[in-house]
Amino acid sequence: MTAPMLQIEALTKRFQTGGGFLKRPRAMLAVRDVSLTIAKGEVVGVVGESGCGKSTLARLVLRLLEPTSGRVLMDGTDLTHLHPSALRAARKRMAMVFQDPYSSLDPRFSVTDVLTEPFTVQRRPLPPGQIAEMLTAVGLPPEMATSHPHQLSGGQRQRVGIARALALRPEFVVLDEPTASLDVSIQAQIIDLLAGLRDQMGLTYLFISHDLGLVRYFCDRIVVMYLGAVVEVLPTAHAKPRHPYTRALIDSGFAPDPTRRRAIAPLSGEIPSPFDLPPGCAFAGRCPRASDRCRTERPVLDATTHPTACFHPL
Amino acid sequence: MSALLELQNVSVAIGSAQLLDGVSLKLERGQTLGLVGESGSGKSLTAMAAMGLLPLIGGRVSAGSVRFDGQDLASLTDPQRRALRGRRIGFVTQNPMTALDPVQRIGAQIDVVSRLHLGLTKQAARARTLDLLTQLRIPEAAAVTEAWPHQLSGGMKQRIVIAMALAGDPELIVADEPTTALDVTVQAQIIQILAALVREKGVALLLITHDMGVVAQICDRVAVLYAGRLAEEGAVAPIFSAPQHPYTKALITCIPQEGMARGTLRGIPGAVPSARQYPSGCRFHPRCAKATAECAQQTPPLIPRGDGQAACLHLPEPAQ
Repeated sequence: MTAPMLQIEALTKRFQTGGGFLKRPRAMLAVRDVSLTIAKGEVVGVVGESGCGKSTLARLVLRLLEPTSGRVLMDGTDLTHLHPSALRAARKRMAMVFQDPYSSLDPRFSVTDVLTEPFTVQRRPLPPGQIAEMLTAVGLPPEMATSHPHQLSGGQRQRVGIARALALRPEFVVLDEPTASLDVSIQAQIIDLLAGLRDQMGLTYLFISHDLGLVRYFCDRIVVMYLGAVVEVLPTAHAKPRHPYTRALIDSGFAPDPTRRRAIAPLSGEIPSPFDLPPGCAFAGRCPRASDRCRTERPVLDATTHPTACFHPL
Repeated sequence: MSALLELQNVSVAIGSAQLLDGVSLKLERGQTLGLVGESGSGKSLTAMAAMGLLPLIGGRVSAGSVRFDGQDLASLTDPQRRALRGRRIGFVTQNPMTALDPVQRIGAQIDVVSRLHLGLTKQAARARTLDLLTQLRIPEAAAVTEAWPHQLSGGMKQRIVIAMALAGDPELIVADEPTTALDVTVQAQIIQILAALVREKGVALLLITHDMGVVAQICDRVAVLYAGRLAEEGAVAPIFSAPQHPYTKALITCIPQEGMARGTLRGIPGAVPSARQYPSGCRFHPRCAKATAECAQQTPPLIPRGDGQAACLHLPEPAQ
């Protein structure tokens, strides 16, 4: 096994909201006790529905948010306690592609400005010909360097976002739903591009998505989150799910094949509010297999090669 | 008997821009018709035309006719069209977060539909509302009618919007991407609810979606739009087993599927052109793998295939 590129240890993030005159603040655990190791060259997917903490996790990993507790180590260096100047140096090695290519590019910046900014921030000279090279690498014509975001389509904007993330030749990239706001036809283009770039540049990806079908297509290993906690880690993309929630996610997808029509028994209910989590398993209220134990005791990930946090796995 | 909804060669223009070009569709009672295509292909415009709502966005039907139950919408007066919408045609919007009035309680918003269109009394309308909410499997329906929209989750709001669409006891439901704003597991619930309405109440459903998976699972027929024109239309099973138009095929193959090897997913190169820069000839030709010089010059006509039709100069030979 190759050395881990990234180690996430018992990461927890607590958010507090509200509070004020005569109003008590409310707290929620957006991410609780998440541990994960990512090997060099691996593509790890994190999948879950809105509010499961996947984007918070992405931001914690790059320390765009400060964790409440826990650590993130990159090649053995603890990122969570780095001094700001040392953190900036470490950030050369990591990057992020954001979900919404419409709001993650400054509308007043030209494409050249967007791609120059990482060099400015890191106080590095911009190598000649770099902009054209970066644009070509993400499949855009070099003439686009003078364009502004409003002149580009969604897919083109996301390509610029990817070029920006890769500008400083990072080793580790967090992809936070990079295709969620794009058409499926464009999504496939972008995924294709990301797969190619990974092979060329030897990148390691943490891929965040709500689309289990897409994650199973693209990732080596899949982390399933529900309400801030990891409920299952699929050791391979096509491993059979053990957690009833993962099963439900798979069953909620619609296969583009009318000969395989099936009566889906959709999950009843919706995700409970993270502000008042049930005492036991967070999924118990919607789970067809839930027992009394599930409602009182919280299951933890078992120490197997296919870790699952469930008292009644499939 | 004529189809419940029939669009014949409908073209739609806003100002000088011709956005929809000769779209023909038919929807029978008890049927689900899927309307698919990428963003900007004209799906929502087609739905607006079907409901006579184009004036709302400054558009007009510039050619062709929209018939509902045999009646040409253009021959009706505004009040007659208004009486149709909400009563015989129900509409489910894409974003349930903005479809509800934030300063009215849920119950009142649903009640008003049956009071207005069915002439029910306050009490009868409320009874009907409670009945609808129960049918849509909304727990504690009575409590929900007293709630404000901000107190409900996204999936619950979408069910309320569906209840409003059903309150006038419509024969046709137009649903414009009803699950796009929702979580995966909730999407599945809403799609199941819509499919059950068609099955159990015999309503006709015009379902706009960009998800070929949803089409494959619940639609009877599908119409594929590209850049304001119909690319292909027909029954779902043959379209998935043997898509005639290269665009239809490309839309199906860009969905990641179970067991697909990495690197086999192919997107469609380029992007949907804007209405002011539609390419000449077949509008799909700049993105099409099969395109020849001919495709850039000649506009392909719709050619019958099976019980449907497709518009491409390189259609495969019809199966014997």
